[in-house]
Amino acid sequence: MDLALLLEWTIKALVILMVFVVLGAAYLTYFERRMLARFQVRIGPNRAGPLGLLQPIADTIKLMFKEDLIPAEADKVLFIFAPIITVIPAMILLAVIPIGPEVWGINLDLAADINVGVLYIMAVSSIAVYGIAIAGWSSANKYSLMGGIRAAAQMISYELPLALAFVGPILLTNSENPMSVHEIVRAQQSLWFVVLQPVGFLIYLMAAVAEINRAPFDMPEAEQELTAGYHTEYSGLKFALFYLAEYGKMLVVSFIGATLFLGGYWGPFVDQVPLLGPVYLLAKVVVLLYFIVWLRATYPRMRYDKLMAFGWKFMLPLALLNVMITAAVIVLVGG
Amino acid sequence: MNPFELLRGLWTTFLNFLERPVTYQYPEIKRPVRERFRGRHELKRYDNGLEKCIGCALCAAACPADAIFVEAAENTDEERFSPGERYASTYEINFLRCIFCGFCEDACPTEAIVLEHNYELSYTDRRSAIYGKDKLLVPVPESGKPTPMKVEPGSFDRAVPEMEDPK
Repeated sequence: MDLALLLEWTIKALVILMVFVVLGAAYLTYFERRMLARFQVRIGPNRAGPLGLLQPIADTIKLMFKEDLIPAEADKVLFIFAPIITVIPAMILLAVIPIGPEVWGINLDLAADINVGVLYIMAVSSIAVYGIAIAGWSSANKYSLMGGIRAAAQMISYELPLALAFVGPILLTNSENPMSVHEIVRAQQSLWFVVLQPVGFLIYLMAAVAEINRAPFDMPEAEQELTAGYHTEYSGLKFALFYLAEYGKMLVVSFIGATLFLGGYWGPFVDQVPLLGPVYLLAKVVVLLYFIVWLRATYPRMRYDKLMAFGWKFMLPLALLNVMITAAVIVLVGG
Repeated sequence: MNPFELLRGLWTTFLNFLERPVTYQYPEIKRPVRERFRGRHELKRYDNGLEKCIGCALCAAACPADAIFVEAAENTDEERFSPGERYASTYEINFLRCIFCGFCEDACPTEAIVLEHNYELSYTDRRSAIYGKDKLLVPVPESGKPTPMKVEPGSFDRAVPEMEDPK
Protein backbone atom coordinates (compact mmCIF):
# COMPACT_ATOMS: atom_id res chain seq x y z
CA MET A 1 0.00 0.00 0.00
CA ASP A 2 1.60 3.24 -0.99
CA LEU A 3 1.84 6.22 1.26
CA ALA A 4 -0.31 8.54 -0.86
CA LEU A 5 -3.29 6.22 -0.61
CA LEU A 6 -2.85 5.85 3.11
CA LEU A 7 -2.65 9.60 3.46
CA GLU A 8 -5.77 10.07 1.39
CA TRP A 9 -7.70 7.63 3.54
CA THR A 10 -6.51 9.21 6.75
CA ILE A 11 -7.45 12.67 5.58
CA LYS A 12 -10.81 11.51 4.29
CA ALA A 13 -11.56 9.57 7.45
CA LEU A 14 -10.41 12.14 9.96
CA VAL A 15 -11.12 15.46 8.38
CA ILE A 16 -14.12 14.87 6.15
CA LEU A 17 -15.92 12.25 8.16
CA MET A 18 -15.36 13.61 11.64
CA VAL A 19 -15.69 17.26 10.78
CA PHE A 20 -18.67 16.57 8.58
CA VAL A 21 -20.50 14.48 11.16
CA VAL A 22 -19.63 16.73 14.10
CA LEU A 23 -20.59 19.93 12.33
CA GLY A 24 -23.59 18.23 10.74
CA ALA A 25 -24.83 16.96 14.08
CA ALA A 26 -24.24 20.34 15.71
CA TYR A 27 -26.21 22.17 13.06
CA LEU A 28 -28.82 19.45 13.06
CA THR A 29 -29.67 20.48 16.62
CA TYR A 30 -30.14 24.01 15.33
CA PHE A 31 -32.23 22.75 12.40
CA GLU A 32 -34.39 20.68 14.71
CA ARG A 33 -34.92 23.48 17.19
CA ARG A 34 -35.90 25.92 14.48
CA MET A 35 -38.24 23.48 12.73
CA LEU A 36 -39.78 22.23 15.96
CA ALA A 37 -40.35 25.82 16.96
CA ARG A 38 -42.22 26.48 13.73
CA PHE A 39 -44.36 23.39 14.32
CA GLN A 40 -45.27 24.89 17.67
CA VAL A 41 -45.87 28.33 16.12
CA ARG A 42 -42.74 29.75 17.73
CA ILE A 43 -39.59 31.19 16.16
CA GLY A 44 -36.86 29.20 17.86
CA PRO A 45 -33.28 30.22 18.62
CA ASN A 46 -32.49 33.34 16.60
CA ARG A 47 -30.31 35.43 18.90
CA ALA A 48 -26.77 34.01 18.73
CA GLY A 49 -25.37 35.37 15.50
CA PRO A 50 -27.38 36.05 12.35
CA LEU A 51 -30.56 33.93 12.42
CA GLY A 52 -29.14 32.23 15.50
CA LEU A 53 -26.59 30.39 13.40
CA LEU A 54 -23.98 30.51 16.16
CA GLN A 55 -26.33 28.76 18.59
CA PRO A 56 -24.71 25.28 18.23
CA ILE A 57 -21.29 26.81 18.86
CA ALA A 58 -22.57 28.64 21.93
CA ASP A 59 -24.12 25.39 23.18
CA THR A 60 -20.86 23.53 22.65
CA ILE A 61 -18.86 26.14 24.52
CA LYS A 62 -21.37 26.07 27.35
CA LEU A 63 -21.14 22.28 27.59
CA MET A 64 -17.34 22.41 27.54
CA PHE A 65 -17.27 24.66 30.59
CA LYS A 66 -19.70 22.53 32.57
CA GLU A 67 -18.40 20.53 35.48
CA ASP A 68 -17.54 16.99 34.49
CA LEU A 69 -19.18 14.79 37.12
CA ILE A 70 -18.56 11.11 37.71
CA PRO A 71 -20.85 9.53 40.31
CA ALA A 72 -19.02 8.03 43.27
CA GLU A 73 -20.66 4.64 42.78
CA ALA A 74 -20.03 4.56 39.03
CA ASP A 75 -17.75 2.13 37.26
CA LYS A 76 -15.30 4.81 36.20
CA VAL A 77 -13.61 3.10 33.27
CA LEU A 78 -16.85 2.04 31.63
CA PHE A 79 -18.45 5.35 32.51
CA ILE A 80 -15.78 7.18 30.54
CA PHE A 81 -15.73 4.69 27.65
CA ALA A 82 -19.49 4.52 27.12
CA PRO A 83 -19.88 7.88 25.34
CA ILE A 84 -16.87 7.09 23.15
CA ILE A 85 -18.31 3.71 22.16
CA THR A 86 -21.59 5.41 21.37
CA VAL A 87 -20.18 8.21 19.28
CA ILE A 88 -17.65 6.35 17.13
CA PRO A 89 -20.19 4.23 15.15
CA ALA A 90 -22.24 7.31 14.41
CA MET A 91 -19.12 8.97 13.02
CA ILE A 92 -17.82 6.15 10.86
CA LEU A 93 -21.15 4.98 9.44
CA LEU A 94 -21.10 7.53 6.64
CA ALA A 95 -17.89 6.07 5.24
CA VAL A 96 -19.63 3.86 2.69
CA ILE A 97 -22.13 6.43 1.45
CA PRO A 98 -21.41 7.66 -2.09
CA ILE A 99 -22.10 11.36 -2.40
CA GLY A 100 -21.76 11.68 -6.16
CA PRO A 101 -20.97 9.86 -9.39
CA GLU A 102 -17.45 9.54 -10.78
CA VAL A 103 -15.85 12.89 -11.56
CA TRP A 104 -12.59 12.87 -13.56
CA GLY A 105 -12.08 9.23 -12.62
CA ILE A 106 -12.44 9.87 -8.89
CA ASN A 107 -15.29 8.31 -6.98
CA LEU A 108 -17.11 10.97 -5.01
CA ASP A 109 -17.54 9.26 -1.70
CA LEU A 110 -16.72 10.07 1.87
CA ALA A 111 -14.24 7.28 2.40
CA ALA A 112 -14.57 3.94 0.66
CA ASP A 113 -16.50 1.74 -1.70
CA ILE A 114 -16.49 -1.66 -0.04
CA ASN A 115 -18.32 -4.61 -1.53
CA VAL A 116 -20.25 -5.34 1.68
CA GLY A 117 -21.32 -1.79 2.34
CA VAL A 118 -24.81 -2.62 3.58
CA LEU A 119 -23.42 -5.26 5.89
CA TYR A 120 -20.93 -2.69 7.21
CA ILE A 121 -23.80 -0.33 7.99
CA MET A 122 -25.67 -3.04 9.87
CA ALA A 123 -22.60 -4.19 11.77
CA VAL A 124 -21.40 -0.76 12.82
CA SER A 125 -24.82 0.54 13.77
CA SER A 126 -25.21 -2.45 16.10
CA ILE A 127 -22.16 -1.40 18.08
CA ALA A 128 -23.83 1.77 19.29
CA VAL A 129 -26.18 -0.22 21.49
CA TYR A 130 -23.21 -1.36 23.60
CA GLY A 131 -22.31 2.21 24.41
CA ILE A 132 -25.82 3.02 25.53
CA ALA A 133 -26.27 -0.16 27.54
CA ILE A 134 -22.87 0.30 29.20
CA ALA A 135 -23.64 3.94 29.94
CA GLY A 136 -26.86 2.91 31.63
CA TRP A 137 -25.19 0.20 33.63
CA SER A 138 -22.04 2.01 34.72
CA SER A 139 -23.85 5.08 36.02
CA ALA A 140 -25.12 3.22 39.10
CA ASN A 141 -28.45 4.97 38.80
CA LYS A 142 -31.79 3.25 38.45
CA TYR A 143 -33.04 5.64 35.78
CA SER A 144 -29.89 5.17 33.76
CA LEU A 145 -30.13 1.42 34.12
CA MET A 146 -33.76 1.38 33.02
CA GLY A 147 -32.91 3.60 30.06
CA GLY A 148 -29.98 1.42 29.10
CA ILE A 149 -32.04 -1.77 29.29
CA ARG A 150 -34.85 -0.24 27.30
CA ALA A 151 -32.41 1.04 24.71
CA ALA A 152 -30.74 -2.33 24.35
CA ALA A 153 -34.02 -4.21 23.98
CA GLN A 154 -35.50 -1.65 21.61
CA MET A 155 -32.48 -1.31 19.37
CA ILE A 156 -32.00 -5.06 19.06
CA SER A 157 -35.69 -5.57 18.29
CA TYR A 158 -35.81 -2.92 15.63
CA GLU A 159 -32.53 -3.93 14.04
CA LEU A 160 -34.26 -6.96 12.53
CA PRO A 161 -36.88 -5.08 10.51
CA LEU A 162 -34.19 -2.54 9.67
CA ALA A 163 -31.94 -5.24 8.25
CA LEU A 164 -34.85 -6.83 6.41
CA ALA A 165 -35.74 -3.46 4.92
CA PHE A 166 -32.21 -3.32 3.49
CA VAL A 167 -32.77 -6.65 1.75
CA GLY A 168 -35.26 -5.12 -0.69
CA PRO A 169 -32.78 -2.77 -2.39
CA ILE A 170 -30.12 -5.49 -2.31
CA LEU A 171 -32.43 -7.92 -4.11
CA LEU A 172 -33.37 -5.30 -6.68
CA THR A 173 -29.75 -4.45 -7.47
CA ASN A 174 -28.76 -6.46 -10.49
CA SER A 175 -25.01 -6.48 -10.15
CA GLU A 176 -21.96 -8.47 -9.11
CA ASN A 177 -21.85 -6.81 -5.73
CA PRO A 178 -25.43 -6.08 -4.72
CA MET A 179 -24.28 -5.37 -1.17
CA SER A 180 -22.12 -2.44 -2.26
CA VAL A 181 -23.86 0.83 -1.56
CA HIS A 182 -22.33 2.32 -4.71
CA GLU A 183 -23.87 -0.44 -6.84
CA ILE A 184 -27.25 0.05 -5.18
CA VAL A 185 -27.15 3.74 -6.02
CA ARG A 186 -26.06 3.07 -9.60
CA ALA A 187 -29.00 0.69 -10.02
CA GLN A 188 -31.40 3.52 -9.14
CA GLN A 189 -30.40 5.79 -12.01
CA SER A 190 -33.68 5.30 -13.87
CA LEU A 191 -36.02 4.41 -11.04
CA TRP A 192 -35.73 5.07 -7.32
CA PHE A 193 -36.22 1.98 -5.17
CA VAL A 194 -38.85 3.74 -3.10
CA VAL A 195 -41.22 3.21 -6.04
CA LEU A 196 -40.56 -0.52 -6.11
CA GLN A 197 -40.25 -0.86 -2.34
CA PRO A 198 -42.78 1.50 -0.73
CA VAL A 199 -43.43 -0.89 2.14
CA GLY A 200 -39.73 -1.47 2.59
CA PHE A 201 -39.15 2.29 2.76
CA LEU A 202 -41.86 2.74 5.37
CA ILE A 203 -40.44 -0.11 7.43
CA TYR A 204 -37.00 1.43 7.12
CA LEU A 205 -38.26 4.82 8.28
CA MET A 206 -40.08 3.45 11.32
CA ALA A 207 -37.32 1.05 12.30
CA ALA A 208 -34.69 3.74 11.82
CA VAL A 209 -36.53 6.21 14.03
CA ALA A 210 -36.77 3.50 16.67
CA GLU A 211 -33.13 2.56 16.18
CA ILE A 212 -31.93 6.10 16.86
CA ASN A 213 -34.23 6.43 19.88
CA ARG A 214 -36.18 9.39 18.66
CA ALA A 215 -39.76 10.41 19.25
CA PRO A 216 -42.22 8.73 19.11
CA PHE A 217 -39.90 5.85 20.03
CA ASP A 218 -37.67 7.80 22.43
CA MET A 219 -38.32 5.33 25.21
CA PRO A 220 -34.69 5.08 26.48
CA GLU A 221 -34.60 8.77 27.32
CA ALA A 222 -38.23 9.33 28.16
CA GLU A 223 -37.78 12.38 30.34
CA GLN A 224 -41.12 12.12 32.10
CA GLU A 225 -40.41 8.60 33.32
CA LEU A 226 -36.64 8.24 33.38
CA THR A 227 -35.39 11.83 33.84
CA ALA A 228 -32.99 11.42 30.92
CA GLY A 229 -32.54 7.67 30.63
CA TYR A 230 -29.07 6.33 30.05
CA HIS A 231 -27.35 9.74 30.11
CA THR A 232 -28.92 10.97 33.34
CA GLU A 233 -25.57 11.03 35.15
CA TYR A 234 -23.54 12.50 32.33
CA SER A 235 -22.53 16.12 32.13
CA GLY A 236 -20.18 18.36 30.24
CA LEU A 237 -18.38 16.98 27.23
CA LYS A 238 -19.43 13.38 27.89
CA PHE A 239 -23.04 14.46 27.66
CA ALA A 240 -22.16 16.39 24.52
CA LEU A 241 -20.78 13.18 23.04
CA PHE A 242 -24.10 11.40 23.62
CA TYR A 243 -25.89 14.30 22.02
CA LEU A 244 -23.46 14.22 19.14
CA ALA A 245 -24.06 10.49 18.73
CA GLU A 246 -27.82 10.90 18.78
CA TYR A 247 -27.89 13.63 16.19
CA GLY A 248 -25.08 12.04 14.21
CA LYS A 249 -27.14 8.84 13.96
CA MET A 250 -30.15 10.88 12.90
CA LEU A 251 -28.02 12.34 10.12
CA VAL A 252 -26.68 8.91 9.21
CA VAL A 253 -30.04 7.16 8.95
CA SER A 254 -31.24 9.99 6.74
CA PHE A 255 -28.20 9.54 4.51
CA ILE A 256 -28.75 5.78 4.35
CA GLY A 257 -32.46 6.17 3.65
CA ALA A 258 -31.78 8.68 0.89
CA THR A 259 -29.11 6.42 -0.58
CA LEU A 260 -30.88 3.09 -0.48
CA PHE A 261 -34.41 4.20 -1.32
CA LEU A 262 -34.45 7.73 -2.68
CA GLY A 263 -31.88 7.28 -5.43
CA GLY A 264 -28.84 8.60 -3.59
CA TYR A 265 -27.18 11.32 -5.62
CA TRP A 266 -29.34 10.81 -8.72
CA GLY A 267 -31.45 13.67 -9.96
CA PRO A 268 -32.00 15.63 -13.15
CA PHE A 269 -28.78 16.50 -15.08
CA VAL A 270 -26.42 14.59 -12.78
CA ASP A 271 -25.20 12.81 -15.94
CA GLN A 272 -23.97 16.04 -17.45
CA VAL A 273 -22.96 17.89 -14.26
CA PRO A 274 -21.71 15.29 -11.78
CA LEU A 275 -21.14 17.91 -9.10
CA LEU A 276 -24.91 18.27 -8.76
CA GLY A 277 -24.89 14.80 -7.15
CA PRO A 278 -23.94 15.92 -3.62
CA VAL A 279 -26.50 18.72 -3.81
CA TYR A 280 -29.31 16.32 -4.65
CA LEU A 281 -28.21 13.89 -1.97
CA LEU A 282 -28.11 16.65 0.64
CA ALA A 283 -31.55 17.86 -0.42
CA LYS A 284 -32.99 14.37 0.03
CA VAL A 285 -31.27 14.07 3.40
CA VAL A 286 -32.76 17.36 4.53
CA VAL A 287 -36.21 16.18 3.49
CA LEU A 288 -35.80 13.02 5.54
CA LEU A 289 -34.46 14.96 8.51
CA TYR A 290 -37.42 17.28 8.27
CA PHE A 291 -39.70 14.26 8.30
CA ILE A 292 -38.06 12.91 11.45
CA VAL A 293 -38.51 16.26 13.18
CA TRP A 294 -42.08 16.36 11.92
CA LEU A 295 -42.73 12.98 13.53
CA ARG A 296 -41.36 14.28 16.81
CA ALA A 297 -43.60 17.33 16.59
CA THR A 298 -46.66 15.19 15.95
CA TYR A 299 -46.76 11.95 17.88
CA PRO A 300 -46.72 11.25 21.60
CA ARG A 301 -44.36 8.63 22.95
CA MET A 302 -45.50 5.03 22.62
CA ARG A 303 -45.93 2.85 25.66
CA TYR A 304 -42.95 0.58 26.09
CA ASP A 305 -44.75 -2.79 25.86
CA LYS A 306 -46.69 -1.56 22.84
CA LEU A 307 -43.44 -0.50 21.25
CA MET A 308 -41.96 -3.96 21.67
CA ALA A 309 -45.16 -5.64 20.54
CA PHE A 310 -45.25 -3.37 17.51
CA GLY A 311 -41.68 -4.28 16.66
CA TRP A 312 -42.00 -8.03 17.01
CA LYS A 313 -45.61 -8.68 16.08
CA PHE A 314 -46.10 -6.19 13.28
CA MET A 315 -42.86 -4.78 11.86
CA LEU A 316 -40.91 -8.03 11.73
CA PRO A 317 -43.64 -10.12 9.99
CA LEU A 318 -44.35 -7.25 7.63
CA ALA A 319 -40.67 -6.91 6.76
CA LEU A 320 -40.36 -10.69 6.23
CA LEU A 321 -43.42 -10.66 4.02
CA ASN A 322 -42.03 -7.76 2.06
CA VAL A 323 -38.76 -9.62 1.47
CA MET A 324 -40.60 -12.79 0.43
CA ILE A 325 -42.87 -11.00 -2.03
CA THR A 326 -39.97 -9.01 -3.47
CA ALA A 327 -37.91 -12.15 -3.93
CA ALA A 328 -40.82 -14.05 -5.48
CA VAL A 329 -41.62 -11.24 -7.91
CA ILE A 330 -37.97 -10.94 -8.93
CA VAL A 331 -37.76 -14.69 -9.57
CA LEU A 332 -41.05 -14.74 -11.51
CA VAL A 333 -40.61 -11.54 -13.50
CA GLY A 334 -36.86 -11.65 -13.69
CA GLY A 335 -34.87 -8.89 -11.96
CA MET B 1 -52.95 2.56 15.22
CA ASN B 2 -55.11 3.71 12.40
CA PRO B 3 -52.84 4.88 9.57
CA PHE B 4 -55.37 7.46 8.41
CA GLU B 5 -55.50 8.99 11.86
CA LEU B 6 -51.71 9.05 11.92
CA LEU B 7 -51.68 10.92 8.61
CA ARG B 8 -54.32 13.31 9.89
CA GLY B 9 -52.07 14.05 12.85
CA LEU B 10 -49.17 14.78 10.54
CA TRP B 11 -51.38 17.09 8.49
CA THR B 12 -52.49 18.99 11.60
CA THR B 13 -48.94 19.70 12.69
CA PHE B 14 -48.00 20.64 9.15
CA LEU B 15 -50.76 23.26 9.07
CA ASN B 16 -49.30 24.67 12.25
CA PHE B 17 -45.90 24.76 10.59
CA LEU B 18 -47.25 27.07 7.90
CA GLU B 19 -48.68 29.49 10.40
CA ARG B 20 -46.95 32.70 11.41
CA PRO B 21 -45.11 32.38 14.73
CA VAL B 22 -46.93 34.12 17.54
CA THR B 23 -43.69 35.04 19.29
CA TYR B 24 -43.04 38.67 20.20
CA GLN B 25 -39.35 39.47 19.78
CA TYR B 26 -39.15 40.86 23.28
CA PRO B 27 -36.35 43.38 23.57
CA GLU B 28 -37.33 44.95 20.25
CA ILE B 29 -41.10 44.67 20.60
CA LYS B 30 -42.55 45.40 24.02
CA ARG B 31 -46.17 44.68 24.57
CA PRO B 32 -47.97 47.25 26.76
CA VAL B 33 -48.94 45.94 30.18
CA ARG B 34 -52.39 46.26 31.72
CA GLU B 35 -53.30 49.58 33.27
CA ARG B 36 -53.32 48.10 36.78
CA PHE B 37 -50.10 46.12 36.29
CA ARG B 38 -47.90 46.25 39.35
CA GLY B 39 -44.32 46.94 38.33
CA ARG B 40 -41.55 48.96 39.94
CA HIS B 41 -42.63 51.57 42.49
CA GLU B 42 -42.39 55.31 41.99
CA LEU B 43 -42.50 58.02 44.64
CA LYS B 44 -44.76 60.78 43.29
CA ARG B 45 -44.56 64.54 43.64
CA TYR B 46 -47.18 67.27 43.74
CA ASP B 47 -47.42 69.65 40.79
CA ASN B 48 -45.45 72.27 42.71
CA GLY B 49 -42.55 69.85 43.12
CA LEU B 50 -43.03 68.82 46.74
CA GLU B 51 -42.75 65.12 47.49
CA LYS B 52 -45.98 63.40 48.37
CA CYS B 53 -44.26 61.04 50.77
CA ILE B 54 -44.46 62.23 54.37
CA GLY B 55 -42.31 59.51 55.88
CA CYS B 56 -45.11 57.88 57.89
CA ALA B 57 -43.79 54.37 57.14
CA LEU B 58 -47.27 52.91 56.83
CA CYS B 59 -46.04 51.25 53.65
CA ALA B 60 -43.25 49.58 55.56
CA ALA B 61 -45.78 48.39 58.13
CA ALA B 62 -48.06 47.02 55.43
CA CYS B 63 -45.31 45.29 53.52
CA PRO B 64 -45.66 41.50 53.96
CA ALA B 65 -42.14 40.89 52.69
CA ASP B 66 -40.52 43.56 54.84
CA ALA B 67 -38.95 45.06 51.75
CA ILE B 68 -39.41 48.75 52.57
CA PHE B 69 -37.28 50.82 54.89
CA VAL B 70 -38.31 54.39 55.71
CA GLU B 71 -36.53 56.91 57.88
CA ALA B 72 -38.26 60.20 58.50
CA ALA B 73 -36.84 63.65 59.26
CA GLU B 74 -38.37 67.01 60.16
CA ASN B 75 -39.42 69.51 57.52
CA THR B 76 -38.79 73.21 58.08
CA ASP B 77 -40.08 76.12 56.07
CA GLU B 78 -36.49 76.87 55.11
CA GLU B 79 -35.90 73.35 53.75
CA ARG B 80 -39.21 71.82 52.87
CA PHE B 81 -39.38 68.44 51.11
CA SER B 82 -43.04 67.60 51.61
CA PRO B 83 -46.14 69.17 53.14
CA GLY B 84 -46.61 68.75 56.87
CA GLU B 85 -44.13 68.05 59.62
CA ARG B 86 -42.00 65.24 58.28
CA TYR B 87 -40.60 63.78 55.12
CA ALA B 88 -38.76 60.57 54.23
CA SER B 89 -35.06 61.26 54.49
CA THR B 90 -34.34 57.66 53.54
CA TYR B 91 -36.66 55.53 51.46
CA GLU B 92 -35.37 52.17 50.32
CA ILE B 93 -37.08 49.23 48.64
CA ASN B 94 -35.26 45.93 48.41
CA PHE B 95 -36.44 44.44 45.13
CA LEU B 96 -35.06 41.05 46.04
CA ARG B 97 -37.68 40.96 48.80
CA CYS B 98 -40.53 42.84 47.15
CA ILE B 99 -43.33 40.60 45.92
CA PHE B 100 -45.16 43.39 44.06
CA CYS B 101 -48.37 42.87 46.01
CA GLY B 102 -49.23 46.58 46.05
CA PHE B 103 -50.12 46.71 49.75
CA CYS B 104 -47.79 49.71 50.17
CA GLU B 105 -49.81 51.54 47.55
CA ASP B 106 -53.01 50.77 49.46
CA ALA B 107 -51.54 51.80 52.78
CA CYS B 108 -50.20 55.16 51.61
CA PRO B 109 -52.31 58.05 53.01
CA THR B 110 -51.01 60.54 50.42
CA GLU B 111 -50.88 58.32 47.31
CA ALA B 112 -47.16 58.89 47.25
CA ILE B 113 -46.06 55.39 46.31
CA VAL B 114 -47.48 53.90 43.14
CA LEU B 115 -46.56 50.66 41.41
CA GLU B 116 -45.94 51.63 37.81
CA HIS B 117 -45.38 49.65 34.64
CA ASN B 118 -41.63 49.08 34.62
CA TYR B 119 -40.94 45.35 34.97
CA GLU B 120 -37.37 45.34 33.62
CA LEU B 121 -35.55 44.96 36.89
CA SER B 122 -32.24 43.15 36.95
CA TYR B 123 -29.14 43.41 39.07
CA THR B 124 -25.67 41.99 39.08
CA ASP B 125 -25.24 42.12 42.85
CA ARG B 126 -27.48 42.18 45.88
CA ARG B 127 -26.57 45.69 46.89
CA SER B 128 -27.84 47.17 43.64
CA ALA B 129 -31.21 45.51 44.16
CA ILE B 130 -31.93 48.05 46.88
CA TYR B 131 -33.40 51.13 45.25
CA GLY B 132 -33.12 54.36 47.18
CA LYS B 133 -34.91 57.66 46.83
CA ASP B 134 -32.59 58.68 44.01
CA LYS B 135 -34.09 55.99 41.77
CA LEU B 136 -37.62 55.80 43.13
CA LEU B 137 -38.49 59.50 43.19
CA VAL B 138 -39.96 60.82 39.97
CA PRO B 139 -38.35 63.90 38.34
CA VAL B 140 -39.60 67.37 39.27
CA PRO B 141 -42.58 68.35 37.08
CA GLU B 142 -42.28 71.41 34.85
CA SER B 143 -44.62 73.44 37.01
CA GLY B 144 -42.63 72.79 40.18
CA LYS B 145 -39.34 73.51 41.84
CA PRO B 146 -36.83 70.97 43.16
CA THR B 147 -36.82 69.97 46.82
CA PRO B 148 -35.76 71.10 49.35
CA MET B 149 -37.54 74.37 48.67
CA LYS B 150 -37.91 77.53 50.72
CA VAL B 151 -41.59 78.34 51.33
CA GLU B 152 -43.76 80.93 53.10
CA PRO B 153 -44.14 79.93 56.76
CA GLY B 154 -47.46 78.28 57.44
CA SER B 155 -48.35 77.54 53.84
CA PHE B 156 -47.86 73.74 53.93
CA ASP B 157 -49.03 72.73 57.39
CA ARG B 158 -51.29 69.90 56.42
CA ALA B 159 -49.48 66.60 55.74
CA VAL B 160 -52.34 64.68 54.15
CA PRO B 161 -53.98 66.57 51.29
CA GLU B 162 -57.72 66.93 50.87
CA MET B 163 -58.46 64.19 48.40
CA GLU B 164 -61.40 63.29 46.24
CA ASP B 165 -63.11 60.02 46.83
CA PRO B 166 -60.59 57.19 46.88
CA LYS B 167 -60.04 55.84 43.42
